[in-house]
Amino acid sequence: MAVDVVMPQMGESIFEGTITKWLKKPGDKVERDEPLFEISTDKVDAEIPAPAAGVLREIKIGEGQTVPIQTVVAVIDAAGSAPAAAAAAPSPAKTPAPSAPEKLAEPTATPSPAPARGDGRPVRSSPLVRRLAREKNIDLAALRGTGTGGRISKRDVLAAISEGGARPPQAPPSATGAAAHAALEAAVPRERICFGRYEVQPMSVMRQRIAEHMVLSKRVSPHVYSIDEADMTRVAQLRAAAKSEFEKQHETKLTFMPFFVRACVEALRAFPVVNASVDGTSLVLHGEINVGIAVALEGGLIVPVVKNAEEKNFLGLQRAINDLAERARTKKLKPEDVQESTFSVTNPGVFGGLMGLPVINQPNVAILAIGAIQKRPTVVEDAIAIRSMVYLTLSYDHRAVDGAMAHQFMGQVKQRLETWSEEIL
Amino acid sequence: MAQVTYLEAIRLALREEMERDPTVVLLGEDIGVYGGAFQVTQGLLERFGWERVIDTPISETAIVGAAAGMSYLGLRPVVEMQFIDFIACAFNQVTNYVAKSHYLRGAPVPMVIRGPAGGGVHGGAFHSANPEMYFVHTPGLKVVYPATAYDAKGLLKSAIRDNNPVLFFEHKFLYRRIKEELPDEDYVVPLGQAIVRRPGRDLTIVTYAAMVHASLEAAGRLAGEGIEVEVVDLRTLLPLDRETIVASVQRTNKLLVVHEDTRTGGIAGEIAALVSESAFDDLDGPVRRVTALDTPVPFSTPLEEHFLPNAERIAAAARDLAKY
Repeated sequence: MAVDVVMPQMGESIFEGTITKWLKKPGDKVERDEPLFEISTDKVDAEIPAPAAGVLREIKIGEGQTVPIQTVVAVIDAAGSAPAAAAAAPSPAKTPAPSAPEKLAEPTATPSPAPARGDGRPVRSSPLVRRLAREKNIDLAALRGTGTGGRISKRDVLAAISEGGARPPQAPPSATGAAAHAALEAAVPRERICFGRYEVQPMSVMRQRIAEHMVLSKRVSPHVYSIDEADMTRVAQLRAAAKSEFEKQHETKLTFMPFFVRACVEALRAFPVVNASVDGTSLVLHGEINVGIAVALEGGLIVPVVKNAEEKNFLGLQRAINDLAERARTKKLKPEDVQESTFSVTNPGVFGGLMGLPVINQPNVAILAIGAIQKRPTVVEDAIAIRSMVYLTLSYDHRAVDGAMAHQFMGQVKQRLETWSEEIL
Repeated sequence: MAQVTYLEAIRLALREEMERDPTVVLLGEDIGVYGGAFQVTQGLLERFGWERVIDTPISETAIVGAAAGMSYLGLRPVVEMQFIDFIACAFNQVTNYVAKSHYLRGAPVPMVIRGPAGGGVHGGAFHSANPEMYFVHTPGLKVVYPATAYDAKGLLKSAIRDNNPVLFFEHKFLYRRIKEELPDEDYVVPLGQAIVRRPGRDLTIVTYAAMVHASLEAAGRLAGEGIEVEVVDLRTLLPLDRETIVASVQRTNKLLVVHEDTRTGGIAGEIAALVSESAFDDLDGPVRRVTALDTPVPFSTPLEEHFLPNAERIAAAARDLAKY
């Protein structure tokens, strides 16, 4: 019995994934739940286990290709059925020896093969779609299907006809073959972008998702910014004094981040509207405080989430933050690690930024940016003193939060940091 | 004009045809004095007398055989099966004798066999069947199954006037549940013509009898979701109106067939094959079916509700197909 292996849905808002690596070759034996391939989505990179034990008969989608969720990417001959790949199968189309997996994408057994994409992937359509394509001279391989599993449906081909026929794949082609999303469209025509000497570098999946998310957030949420300044001298001294003891005792790094997160948690408790989401004409006030922490990665960033930050003590916060950051950098985050944030924190200061004006991480209504902690001359009670100062910026969604509340919220964060009293060891 | 139920429309058709044509006679169990198990023939004995409204012994094979003989002698008998399930007792007469008479002997049999069919009234396995497909598979017969009072009257009149044997299925769930105003003047609905009950562009539901109403309800729900469903009521299963089915599929490009009959060997399979043969290049998705389960009709209310298709299941299948 043949079992289809499909591109899984690795999170609610994920609609496609890129196969980054096949861990098995056609003909290989696989155990159920044994890692079969690796994928990359906008949220996570993950290993996908085999859905059944048996022999990997065919890889339909090669490495580097991006396909919609539920697309069949491989076929396994489940254990107990005829081991088609092992014996000298009568089918002549099979087993072109141990060549690269990509070459196996199109098995070419049917007498009249379906049209194939440039990457060899068959185009799924319907009799009607194929007839319309014939009549109107449409290249189906150039269309993006919106039907179930990426099928090209009547509405897709009619849309192409009304646009005057499917254009050939756009040059310069994108490496993933994924069609440009509306959010990623260029603001000016390509002729005015591609001039002189240039190199076209296709965006990674992550880059595209970040772009989409940022455009969406800016479109949906009217951003307003409140900037405040906090005196971090007390916290900095506390951290400097406790650092080596903390790291020896708990075997984890002591950073500034848990101080800021703790201060935010207290302020979010006082202003629940800042720990909310907008749903049409309703505000959804979250009962948990799940703090997303932006982590910079090569070529992008990811926002893993410290869940139930309100229930964690200082050490618990620090451990959670370090664990998430480490797993973000080693691509070991699970889908749930990047979901269900209720508020976010970003830290441009680690790269020297004095202050930042971040874009809200949807569906949050606010994000705090932490600038660089610098010693600055500051007026303290009519004297000029050298203090460790930081600029804090809150970007917030004016649909939910007004300036008065934002500044009161920031005042609480600032006060908490300046008068820090919690034991940290 | 008064509101007329599906059942009253059938009675009106019988009465008007008997008034119009003295060769029309009725035969059946308890149709005279008692007026029929469902009171379809109520009052007809009083109006037309013993010779034209004949109470018979309880033998379906004898009733059909007698009616066939009467038809040879110039009469137009209309036979009632108390429940259409019992037509199985006359199966040999209907399929071997009545259906083949004209072909084998040049002797047409202008008769109608009518009776209550269908489930949804907790009648159990002997009183709820939809045996239409035994007869759709029998060349020489015509098979009619109306969904509205207007059609019930107009189609029964056509059936009585037709020179072929016509099996006329009446859905007992609809008998007293639906009513409409009917024209005062004489009208007929021609056999073999389906009708588009509701136009739509996204997919076609082909159905008949009680499922027309469930399908229309589903179509109404889906319209609220932006899915425009076309509902085709077959009205006659044999001969099948292939042109109307194919034309609708050519408009919408997707087909869902719904029937209350059980799944295997139901007319949905025939229609799927027809569309695949005649309109393959117009299909934008697979032909799907919503039907009863392949079991006898259960007596228990929850089991019967599970067995029968309903608007919810039709809407779910249509939604899925529209998305395909």
